[in-house]
Amino acid sequence: MSSETAEGTGRRHNDGVSIAAPAPRTADNGGKNSELTFTIISWAVLLVFAILWLIPSLWALKTSLTSNATSSLGAEAILADWNLTLGSYATLLKGGDIWNWYLASVITSVITVLLTVFFGSMAAYALSRLRFRGRRLVFLLMIGGIMIPPQVLIVPVFQELNAVGLLNTYWSVILPQVPAVIAVFVFKQFFDGLPKDFEEAARIDGAGFWTTYRTIILPLSRPVIGAMSIVTFVGVWNNLILPLFVLSNPKLMTIPVGLATVQGSYGQRLSDIQASSILGALPLVILFLIFQRRIVEGVAGSGLKG
Amino acid sequence: MTAQTLATPSAATVPAGRAKTPLSSARAGWLFVAPFGVFYLLFLVWPVIYMFITSFFHTTLVKPGFGNFAGFANYREMLTKPEFWSALWHTIQFTIYTVPPLVILAFVFAVLANRVRRGQWFFRLAFFVPFILPSAAIGLIWFFIFTPSTGLWNGFQTWLGVADPAPVLGTPALAMIGIAITTIWWTIGFNFILYLAGLQDIPREIYEAAAVDGASTWRQIRSITIPLLSRTTTLVVLLQIIASLKIFDQVYLLTAGGPGISTQVLLGLVTTTAFSDYRVGAASAASVLLFIVILIVTLLRQVVERVQQRREA
Repeated sequence: MSSETAEGTGRRHNDGVSIAAPAPRTADNGGKNSELTFTIISWAVLLVFAILWLIPSLWALKTSLTSNATSSLGAEAILADWNLTLGSYATLLKGGDIWNWYLASVITSVITVLLTVFFGSMAAYALSRLRFRGRRLVFLLMIGGIMIPPQVLIVPVFQELNAVGLLNTYWSVILPQVPAVIAVFVFKQFFDGLPKDFEEAARIDGAGFWTTYRTIILPLSRPVIGAMSIVTFVGVWNNLILPLFVLSNPKLMTIPVGLATVQGSYGQRLSDIQASSILGALPLVILFLIFQRRIVEGVAGSGLKG
Repeated sequence: MTAQTLATPSAATVPAGRAKTPLSSARAGWLFVAPFGVFYLLFLVWPVIYMFITSFFHTTLVKPGFGNFAGFANYREMLTKPEFWSALWHTIQFTIYTVPPLVILAFVFAVLANRVRRGQWFFRLAFFVPFILPSAAIGLIWFFIFTPSTGLWNGFQTWLGVADPAPVLGTPALAMIGIAITTIWWTIGFNFILYLAGLQDIPREIYEAAAVDGASTWRQIRSITIPLLSRTTTLVVLLQIIASLKIFDQVYLLTAGGPGISTQVLLGLVTTTAFSDYRVGAASAASVLLFIVILIVTLLRQVVERVQQRREA
């Protein structure tokens, strides 16, 4: 199956269409054969690694569908037992705190995304279009902000939230994550590339900056808003260190913090543990399947790294 | 603060009415920046300042206020404490273990995936999806795989004929390797995507020309792909180093710094000092030191990027 596809690809791209190391244009037969061999080897090597990469997830999935009794016996028992059961999922969805964790993750992620995208794009609009004194300073401050690693600020942020009594609220997870400086840069770069004709026409018609931003800039920015929203969402949803220290109430915990407590509290219920990890990962897998392109472009474009 | 001192003179010196557009542009500028700016000042700038201040005080979590002035005592403590140097070493060790495989494997995967046009979605799925999953889910999966005597990794080693495999996460010499393997599996997708994007920017005519000249595939990769991807490689390496210096999640989830302190990293030391020992001052000093290390690497990245841009221009 795989080698057939590879062969087909090799032939089709004989004119040098494949990009990394395309087949030579010459009619020289020896070259063609070596190209074909290389394509087949590529496929085989990739396939081996891809399977290797899928094993951990599949293993968690298989364990989550096996009974707790079997899972506690070890790897061989899990491989041998194919009486699949949804028991662990039923236990978690009925009993545990997982719905609270989902709720916390959804609320904190959605509100952070809204604030970051809205405020970030406003700041970017000002930096891209408005001439005002101190603009350079603001821009330099933003560049400085990119260099600040938020994880390192966990202790002072904790103290700040503690001082104003926001610990153990959703706000303690939301507010510190709003100033994602990278968002301003991504938006600014996009706005810089937009033609100014529409705005100038609107300005002549007497529209203010706010109207221009809202009715012209924002509608034109849908792709970048989409990409930034998803990238921010994934980042906030997955953040462990901040909610880990600012939330201690199990009812308020986000998915990552909740999952971090599972290891200790579920003890030997290994299938339940793996089922909770699958349930925690599931929303993001679904998100990826829907927005594959946007996510990949967003991650590549913003150079975002946890 | 700065906002007002800078905005006021321009508003005052320009007579209203006559130059209406620049005036409103100036005010609009600050109004548009303000909402984000407030968050920026409150949750990035102020914490940095606060961190520097508390690093010079015996601040604790149990009493309000800064506490007694400590001078450089916190820094002296950290710089003479074996735990600090061991945490710094483990952070560097983690960086050494993860960066080369993450860069080289991602490059190889991307070159191969870029060549096979069909089924690329499958490889993206396999390599990239782990990257967007929560570290906590990854931690549960790999902790389970590394379970001593009954886990999958143990079973695999037994199958290979290893008589009595050592527990990966429970052996001081192996625990960091376990964390590194988990991390490589988790984050390779990021570099993979960056390389794939870089590869697609290379014009195929270059390869065609090389092929006409009789360059072998291997030769094309060595003399075209690798040099033309050097910018991506620099970016990937530096981003990877910065991310590795901030390692916390995987260690916290897989070993909690153990066995003993054999995998304790800097951010782990910072949080333990602050949230288990309640010693904010000492933790801040450690944070400042980590912050400086990361800042140096980040600045290095900026410099390298500038140089590369200039060379290309």
